[in-house]
Amino acid sequence: MTLLVVLPILIPLCTGTVCLLCWGRVRRQRVISVVSGVVNLVVALTLLLHVRADGILVSMMGNWPPPFGIALVADLLSTIMVVLSATMGLTVLLYSFGDIDQRREQGGYYPLFHLLLMGINGSFLTGDLFNLFVFFEVMLIASYVLLALGSEPGQLQESFKYLVLNLLASTVFVASVGILYGVTGTLNMADLALKMAQTEQSGLMTALSMLFLFVFGAKAAIFPLFFWLPDSYPEPPTAVSAIFGGLLTKVGVYALIRTFTLLFMQDIAFTHGFILVLAALTMIIGVLGAIVQNHFKRILSYHIISQIGYMILGLGFYTPLALAGSIFYIIHHITVKTALFLVSGITERATGTQELKEMGGLLNTYPLVATLFMLAALSLAGMPPLSGFFAKLALLTAGVQEAQYGYVSVALLGSLLTLVSMSKIYVYVFWGEEQPKRARAVRHLDLLLPTAFLVLITVSLGLMGEPVFQLAQQAATQLFSRETYIEAVFAAAQGAK
Amino acid sequence: MELWLTLAIGVLFATGTYLVLRRSLLKVVIGFALISHGTNLLLLTTGKLKRGAVPILVEGYQGPYVDPLPQALILTAIVISFAVTAFMLALVYRTYQSLGTDDLDRLRRPSG
Repeated sequence: MTLLVVLPILIPLCTGTVCLLCWGRVRRQRVISVVSGVVNLVVALTLLLHVRADGILVSMMGNWPPPFGIALVADLLSTIMVVLSATMGLTVLLYSFGDIDQRREQGGYYPLFHLLLMGINGSFLTGDLFNLFVFFEVMLIASYVLLALGSEPGQLQESFKYLVLNLLASTVFVASVGILYGVTGTLNMADLALKMAQTEQSGLMTALSMLFLFVFGAKAAIFPLFFWLPDSYPEPPTAVSAIFGGLLTKVGVYALIRTFTLLFMQDIAFTHGFILVLAALTMIIGVLGAIVQNHFKRILSYHIISQIGYMILGLGFYTPLALAGSIFYIIHHITVKTALFLVSGITERATGTQELKEMGGLLNTYPLVATLFMLAALSLAGMPPLSGFFAKLALLTAGVQEAQYGYVSVALLGSLLTLVSMSKIYVYVFWGEEQPKRARAVRHLDLLLPTAFLVLITVSLGLMGEPVFQLAQQAATQLFSRETYIEAVFAAAQGAK
Repeated sequence: MELWLTLAIGVLFATGTYLVLRRSLLKVVIGFALISHGTNLLLLTTGKLKRGAVPILVEGYQGPYVDPLPQALILTAIVISFAVTAFMLALVYRTYQSLGTDDLDRLRRPSG
């Protein structure tokens, strides 16, 4: 059964390689990609069912016992993330058939896309800190190339910034892993959790935790490390923006949640308190940035930052309910944000621009697109009965229970401003006079179906959210009982012998 | 020995940081190369610098072994930084070709 844990990494790797072998044969690559996407989703869902029924699944690479071998660990949080990445991967893949131009398709879009998914899934599943770095790099290198693919002037400028920022974070990552290894003598996360709980150098550990906060914070775009995001994400084609906006930053959030629930527990009052402050600043500055923008995708990019704040707010509160809220928020956010980016691609095709002030009147020509946008936008702002409402409700309830009224008000203010900014997009893009030169009816069914699918998910997450929220709660409870994780990894070693 | 290595790491990081903050794209690339060398030396130093045998079990040898893990990590880090540097150089060259400059300030888009 341990093979199941490896498959979400192996499938994209094999698909990417096979696509590379079919270089230039776009049709063949498309067929392979769809088959792989479907298989990947089925595997991810099977893994989720297994982990939910039987507890944490561990696979030791090469059957080396921990702490020597590299462990792949699938607990509930990891598998939820893998299911999300498989779902978004398949949806965006279908969308890219209509969105990505032929030059990019022939320039290796599909292989890169699968290698990106491999890096993302690997980061979610690994139980080893250095291995996490390696998978981060797989993901980042694929994303550098995807961002620059096409070589338009804007892309080239922004790719370099993105590259430099991420490279800096990666270098600090290696250095911090090195120092951590020098102090503890291990890199296996379960073993690290044991050793760090017993360490007497808790001050050193707190200092190290700040280095890791910097590293993962730069990837997750939390305040004050967010400035690369709104410049670089709008540049590539919509499908690439959507997968970046949906998944990449969330890998950083996942790594933060993982390390700050498993490893860095020496000085919770300081570290998690500090995360709370950062979360509040991220929420409010992200949304303020969004309000002053007039560029569709740039507004969406600023909202990513603001939403990251909500996700780590739950980590900062550090109660089971708050963590469950964070996890539910991640599920909701990945779906909705990807859907919004996909909508922005359709309006861009219809009007030929991203500038809000040059659009208008799309409600007449594209009523269905307008409805989809409205649903996704209201969900992002947290309107009942859509998924965003329940995500925020859980977080805010946890905040009130902890008597953190200040943070609760900041979160509420952030939601209100999100609503303002979303209505602005709606008013400019869908209402008003049709711009005769701009508005043209284009064939967009191939783009509409994936978008509608994601919006359907967010609506059903709201209307029938109970089972999903229970799942998030189970995942949070699992994160809280660190012993379960540690025991699962060491028990796998017994089985391996 | 630790002291000299620590100093070397410090110098590499300092010069690397200086170069990364320059406006020329090529200097940024070289700066990152220096920083990644510094990081590799740091990894080596954290593995405790001491003399010992190759970490392969030999019958009859009881003495100390060298910790093999940092070397494995460095190897991985070198491969990754090699790939990223190669990509960066390609990107810089492509940027220079299409925009005609390698000055980061002039890369800024004219219309904001």
